[in-house]
Amino acid sequence: MANVVLRNVRKTYPGGVDAIKGVDFEVGDGQFCVLVGPSGCGKSTLLRMVAGLETITSGEIDIGGRVVNQVEPADRDIAMVFQNYALYPHMSVYNNMAYGLRNRGMAKPEIDKRVREAAQILEIGPMLDRKPKQLSGGQRQRVAMGRAIVRQPKVFLFDEPLSNLDAKLRIAMRVEIRKLQRRLSTTSIYVTHDQLEAMTLADILVVMNGGVVEQIGNPLDIYQKPATTFVASFIGAPPMNLTPFKPGEASIAVPGNTGGILGVRPEDLTLTTGTASDGGIRYDLTVEAIERVGAETFVYGSRNGAKEAAAVSSKPGELPPGEIIVRLPGQAAPAIGERIVAVAPRDKLHIFGADGRSRIEL
Amino acid sequence: MQKQSVFNSRWLPWLLIAPQMIVVLVFFYWPAAQAVRQSFLLQDAFGLSTAFVWFDNYKELLAEPDYFASVVRTFVFAAAIALSSLSLALLLAVMADKPLRGVSVYRTLLIWPYAVAPPVVGVLWIFMLNPSLGILAHGLRAIGIDWNPLLDGNQAALLIILASAWKQISYNFLFFLAGLQSIPKSVHEAAAIDGARPVRRFWTITFPLLTPTIFFLIVINVVYAFFDTFGIIDTMTRGGPAKATETLVYKVYSDGLLGGNLGSSAAQSVILMGIVIALTAIQFRFVERKVTY
Repeated sequence: MANVVLRNVRKTYPGGVDAIKGVDFEVGDGQFCVLVGPSGCGKSTLLRMVAGLETITSGEIDIGGRVVNQVEPADRDIAMVFQNYALYPHMSVYNNMAYGLRNRGMAKPEIDKRVREAAQILEIGPMLDRKPKQLSGGQRQRVAMGRAIVRQPKVFLFDEPLSNLDAKLRIAMRVEIRKLQRRLSTTSIYVTHDQLEAMTLADILVVMNGGVVEQIGNPLDIYQKPATTFVASFIGAPPMNLTPFKPGEASIAVPGNTGGILGVRPEDLTLTTGTASDGGIRYDLTVEAIERVGAETFVYGSRNGAKEAAAVSSKPGELPPGEIIVRLPGQAAPAIGERIVAVAPRDKLHIFGADGRSRIEL
Repeated sequence: MQKQSVFNSRWLPWLLIAPQMIVVLVFFYWPAAQAVRQSFLLQDAFGLSTAFVWFDNYKELLAEPDYFASVVRTFVFAAAIALSSLSLALLLAVMADKPLRGVSVYRTLLIWPYAVAPPVVGVLWIFMLNPSLGILAHGLRAIGIDWNPLLDGNQAALLIILASAWKQISYNFLFFLAGLQSIPKSVHEAAAIDGARPVRRFWTITFPLLTPTIFFLIVINVVYAFFDTFGIIDTMTRGGPAKATETLVYKVYSDGLLGGNLGSSAAQSVILMGIVIALTAIQFRFVERKVTY
């Protein structure tokens, strides 16, 4: 049991590429921390630095009150689950799990007890004598988890452990990982690019982009109050609608009367025939496309005569300029080409500074 | 995607494999058949008459102590060459697999010796270790070793083993390097996190995962030591001194072409072929069981 603290951690690769540009956060004892961000944001590098597989250029990583910058991976008392599972192909499932314990000179009966216990928890008991290549993807995933839990380490590290599984299995394993972590209450750090995994698993969510932390916090807090436009568009699917506005533009009174970027989530928009209630936002849209997923329907509309929208650049996860998504419950939807009006009340609006780096409270 | 090609013509497939078949027939089966035929024949000293003698050549050969000495010698050479070139190549490959500055230069340089023809290898080593000319021989004498492979049979044998092993290291290195690079990096990382130190990691992870490569290379190296060392032996020692480096393949040559005993030479080459086929079969039968694919 331990907490993990990162203090101004930086990573510069030889050749001058800054992969991690100063990251600070703390994962409390027994907490489940998820690092989320688009590919190349440095989240995996950061995890590998905690594991000891990458050197730390500057800053400190502290596990359970001990700075581990110079400590070998073997001595950090961590266990890691890799994206490709990294099972030892020439060893049976049993030996895969026992390997780490044998290396530490544990007595045979104790090894046996722990492996069988883990196998029982993960329901891989009948497979202990098989080789990894005789297992399905989901079973390999379980063995990789088993290899981590038999060690009873201070910290679990997960590097996109579910991304090689098919969608259905991914959801099942996601729930199991959460249950397992609750049961063992071992501090965990989990890397993913899937915002849904991030939202559902995390006690603490760390949203990363371009080697820096964009926002840290409880997943729902982040969802409700994203700190930057990046977080706003990355967390939540479909992404938040973001449109720039000029100083003094009608209907939204921003403190200081500056320009900025206005965000509104698709589910906060409703279709109406009237105008927005006091201080809210109103979009006049032409329906471009419709997606029906059963329980809900997504309406993609382009803003009538909106050319100023091009000011928002298309970053990963952002909408094309000028497009607005409206999420409607049920299956009823307007026809393509129809002109509609979508409104959102003032308390559902998110206002960001013009650079998208700061949130302005209304 | 369809892997099997379907030909409409009956003759086109045969035509397409014909070049390869002709090469195999003309350069392997035909000479092999000739050797078998020849091994049953006995010629007089002037080559004027030939008699069919059934297994007399074999009987004579197996009664000859010289022949058994050569068999033992060949096995010792093969074991020594395979063991030393495999272990050195593995060591070099493990070193060159690390992310080092200029690693591609090292790798290329380590592969180069493979491009050198066996007789040239022989000549290179002769110059280095010739008792009167060689720079290494000079050095050896300076530290008090009485180095003279022209007279000392064991030293000559050592010389042949050294040169043959050196020649084969590059080939083995290439395969070991490829084998090492096919092991996923994350497996090594997982083992490192699992508390295995580098040496233990090598023996419990890397080595078992390399066994398919090792097995393949043992077969190749044994065949190499049996046959392809001919050029090296011929340039360096010509089987001498006092037959101390006369392996089976060299004896085939010296008895047949130098000694003119074609019948015995043919019988020897048939036996040699049998030994190598048997060895390869044994390796597949027994050693392959320990391979983890």
